Amino acid sequence: MKYLYYPGCSMKSTGKPYEESMLAVFSALNQGLEELVDWNCCGATAYMSISELKAFALSARNFALAEQQAVNGETNLIVPCAACYLGLNKAQKNLEEHKDIRAIIDKGLASAGLSYTGRFKVRHPLDVLVNDIGLETIQKRSIRPLAGLKVACYYGCQLVRPYAEFDDAHEPMVMDRLVTALGGTPVPWPLKTRCCGGSLTGTIPEVGLRLSYILLREAQQRGCDVIATACPLCQFNLECYQPKVSKMYKERIDIPILFFSQLMGLAFGLDRRPLGLHRLFVPFDRTFPVAAAEGGAHVG
Amino acid sequence: MSAEMSTNGAPKVGVYVCHCGINIAHTVDVNACTAFAASLPYVTVAREYKFMCSDPGQEIIQQDLRDGKINRVVVASCSPLMHEGTFRKATAVGGGNAFMFQMANIREHVSWVTLDKEMATDKAKALIAAAVSRVVHHAPLVRNRVPVHPDVMIVGGGIAGIHAALTMADAGKKVYLVEREPTIGGHMAKFDKTFPTLDCSACILTPKMSAVRSHPNITLWTYSEVAEVSGFVGNFKVKVRRKPRYVKEDQCVGCLDCIDACIYKTAKVPDEFNVGLSKRKPIYVPFPQATPLVAVIDPETCIEFKTHRCKKSCAEVCQKDAIDFTQTEQIAEVEVGSIILATGFKTFDATRIARYGYGKYANVYTSLEVERMVNAAGPTAGEVKLADGSKPKSVAIVHCVGSRDAHTNRYCSRVCCMYSLKLAHLLKERTEAEVYNFYIDMRTPGKGYEEFYDRLLQENVHFVRGRVAEISDWAMEKQEEGKLTIRVEDTLVGVVRRIPVDMVVLSVGLEPQADADDVRRKFNISCSHEGWFLERHPKLAPVSTFTDGVFLAGACQGPKDIPDSVAQAGAAAAEALALIDRGYVELEPNTAYSREELCSSCHTCVALCPYGAITFDTTKHAAVVNGALCKGCGTCVASCPSGALQQNLFTDEQIFEEIKGVLKYV
Amino acid sequence: MEQWHGWDKVSYESDLDHQFADEITSIPGGEKLFSCIQCGTCSGMCPLSTYMDFTPRQIVAMIRAGFRGEVLSSYTTWLCASCYSCTVACPQEIKITEIMYAAKRIALRDGVHPKRFPAQVLAGEFFDGVQRTGRSNEGPLLFRLFLKTKPLKMLGYAGLGLGLFRRGRISAKIESIKRKGELRTLLKTIENEHWVRRSPRSEHKETTK
Repeated sequence: MKYLYYPGCSMKSTGKPYEESMLAVFSALNQGLEELVDWNCCGATAYMSISELKAFALSARNFALAEQQAVNGETNLIVPCAACYLGLNKAQKNLEEHKDIRAIIDKGLASAGLSYTGRFKVRHPLDVLVNDIGLETIQKRSIRPLAGLKVACYYGCQLVRPYAEFDDAHEPMVMDRLVTALGGTPVPWPLKTRCCGGSLTGTIPEVGLRLSYILLREAQQRGCDVIATACPLCQFNLECYQPKVSKMYKERIDIPILFFSQLMGLAFGLDRRPLGLHRLFVPFDRTFPVAAAEGGAHVG
Repeated sequence: MSAEMSTNGAPKVGVYVCHCGINIAHTVDVNACTAFAASLPYVTVAREYKFMCSDPGQEIIQQDLRDGKINRVVVASCSPLMHEGTFRKATAVGGGNAFMFQMANIREHVSWVTLDKEMATDKAKALIAAAVSRVVHHAPLVRNRVPVHPDVMIVGGGIAGIHAALTMADAGKKVYLVEREPTIGGHMAKFDKTFPTLDCSACILTPKMSAVRSHPNITLWTYSEVAEVSGFVGNFKVKVRRKPRYVKEDQCVGCLDCIDACIYKTAKVPDEFNVGLSKRKPIYVPFPQATPLVAVIDPETCIEFKTHRCKKSCAEVCQKDAIDFTQTEQIAEVEVGSIILATGFKTFDATRIARYGYGKYANVYTSLEVERMVNAAGPTAGEVKLADGSKPKSVAIVHCVGSRDAHTNRYCSRVCCMYSLKLAHLLKERTEAEVYNFYIDMRTPGKGYEEFYDRLLQENVHFVRGRVAEISDWAMEKQEEGKLTIRVEDTLVGVVRRIPVDMVVLSVGLEPQADADDVRRKFNISCSHEGWFLERHPKLAPVSTFTDGVFLAGACQGPKDIPDSVAQAGAAAAEALALIDRGYVELEPNTAYSREELCSSCHTCVALCPYGAITFDTTKHAAVVNGALCKGCGTCVASCPSGALQQNLFTDEQIFEEIKGVLKYV
Repeated sequence: MEQWHGWDKVSYESDLDHQFADEITSIPGGEKLFSCIQCGTCSGMCPLSTYMDFTPRQIVAMIRAGFRGEVLSSYTTWLCASCYSCTVACPQEIKITEIMYAAKRIALRDGVHPKRFPAQVLAGEFFDGVQRTGRSNEGPLLFRLFLKTKPLKMLGYAGLGLGLFRRGRISAKIESIKRKGELRTLLKTIENEHWVRRSPRSEHKETTK
């Protein structure tokens, strides 16, 4: 066992298909994930607006639990939700950089019988898949390459900004490389990391929906068959309001929004149900034939 | 005589504490320091004064020496780098030996870096005590003089190097001008017009280039690089690596027949001179006015070098038999007394800012590319064209690309505002397009510069104050389709704007040459943390370096426009001339010497000395130092296991006494 | 356009709060506020600046100049979606997103936030929910928000909620951590800590005295 897995709240509800497909894909690659026991909310965006210190404390408890649970010396915590990825990273950075914050959090943890050393590294599954497991392995496993599938790789904002070290903050490429390894065609587009408006749709819909619209329309105009996402909030936001957006802008917006892990599952030839494809609002029905003898696509 | 006088009898130390206006006095209690100094052993005089370095300040020291009150001097003031020379001289003028002097730095080491007055005063006292304790053990020393070789080497053949070379050569000095590229001319040769006068760059540069070529006092070595430098001020030995051009320089007349005859009928290799906007053949001259006008063969792309089976039509057609495939690299070795570095700059690599789309969108250009494009002798014969060959109807000029940004370079590149204005004018003139300038602050401090800005303001060019956030090809509305859209906050209006354009010019900043650090090591000079060559003093010694005899000219010292580069080149030439015309340099007497009776004959020092100044005398069974060759680096002294080697001004006794002085009074 | 009111628009020194900038720079990430060169990169990068009453650049200028009331009651901070594009592009490495968070927290604490958006309702519900259960329960959270706020009704949440429910992507069940006491103790201890941070500027002033 090499990785601990921190799901975060969304992966257990709206992001369920993300969790299902990600676990399926990891197990297809013979890479088990061990869920962090009794994890709590990371203290993300909305929480941060009220108390930063408490948000750090929430994250710190998760790290403390991980350190307790890591009996085999694990140091990697897989965090698939971009908001949690940011929240946990941010807490860790602040605990590292500011002694006064660290002192308070340490005191709080101690009062609850916990302790934190900071030895866990927060990793996004994309990072782990591409940099640890490797595109070659993934390509070999892709028995049903996504031939001819034009994919808009959408990274969202909080995955690459401001803490990710595994890719560029404006021009990330890992997902594009992954899609290529799966046999699909990543379509160049400049909105990869532009905010989808997810955190605003619930409170200021006219603004939030406009941001989604910009992304959806551009992907559609560039002839993409699907938008691949790496964050439960982005996926939910881009998918669920499409009828609303269509009505608002008097323009037909209809494009499937998948998690990158669902695309991987399809390329791996896994069944649709364990990949949570039946949970989508905008259906994605394409199937991909088994590739000829050598199998898989060429890694570009 | 003076030496006798100063050592006469017991040590009598005069201590002079400087206020330096309020620079020192603001933080250090000068009166307390003076009173403290008066209480120290051997101190016969202790005084304080507002500015010790002033004439009246120096006069105080001289008078005390003349009155016989003192025979050793301690000045507690600034860094020795500033005024050690001043006070040594004052000591000598007063009748003492210049080296019976010691400086205590209570400004840079104390008042400027200490906030607490009490702590600062304590530290100042300790440093004064150390200096007094040390100077008691000083002995009179004499400086040696060595002659200065009258020849000079200038490295870099851009406008700065050219100007310095011509200035020196006109003064009758022999100049070696070394240039890495096949031609001199540098960046200026690539420009079309120069700001703010808009005079033609080639028209004012090429006469100077040919003057270099024909000057009897200038030896021009292009396609050459300095390989090694040894020696010291007045007496440098420089090895120059002369790369083979495979065309005999003394035979080639520049008829260019070889180029026409090359078996490559069409040019295929990206042309360096046109920053890749056009192609050249494996045999080429960089541009029509290249100096020297001698062809070069690039072995990387020449068929003969790759397969050895070319029919060598270039050689066949050459009437002067100038083509020589057997040429090899040559090392030339020369002696010079001074060196001027004028190695210039490189432009910022725009691909480093991904959100500006350089390398991704065909119509995003760097300013240097556009300089070539607007140049009548350039790849498009002066026509401004988009990738599809059409004329742009709108152009955005983005300032500060790679400058004023913590992610790239923090500094302002100083020339971009002005060259952007120039390009705005030229683009408007050539294309009648709508031209937008996006700037953070318009920086036009130069003669006629603000007037030029004013002229552009009236030329119907748009100015938007705001740093461009991104350049992208996604459209929000009809007008933006098929265009590049600039997203920027118009900070003066306080509104974010989207402006679609056909063409983008990235005004890239200036950076140190990629190999600046290697060059710096070769010439033993320093770099600023950005990598620019460091001048000796930012205000008062702007063309000198910390290595005597090595001077700086042009943009290798920091971003500079043409007028400033030329001015600095003139200054560097004048400094070098002053050195040559004085005819000698005085060497610091801080050389090593051997106490032969203590030498254990281990030979360690002989091998370690970087200047070959130590020999082993087999009759004396001891190492001997040649004072004329010793540079005072101290390596031998530190390595000597028996303590036989000592160094003037840094004897064990002097150093230990200084340390004791500090420790006793902290 | 608004009507002309004939107000005197001059800002008097007595209207400004020069301690405000110190308050902001004292938060982790606020340190570099005074490095701003007003280039507008942040506003240009911001996907929401076009909706804001003041652009992020203006907010920074206003904080520096002491326009406390205007900043805290502006919509800008509540439109910030925390996408960090300003922060990573800022040439002076100012963590603008953190400054937005700081302004939000101060505005909420002082009760001077604009009342038009229910963002603080969401934040409050989210906060309370996590405080109680250790987790954010999207189903119940959205339901409570739906009852409280207009925008969610506008989005036709009822239908969407049903769709999510049918697809197993939302549930009415309240998820909670097991060791709730542990979390409560942790948060309580933190709450009781008296946490005071000093701004770099006030520290500088002290040391140079």
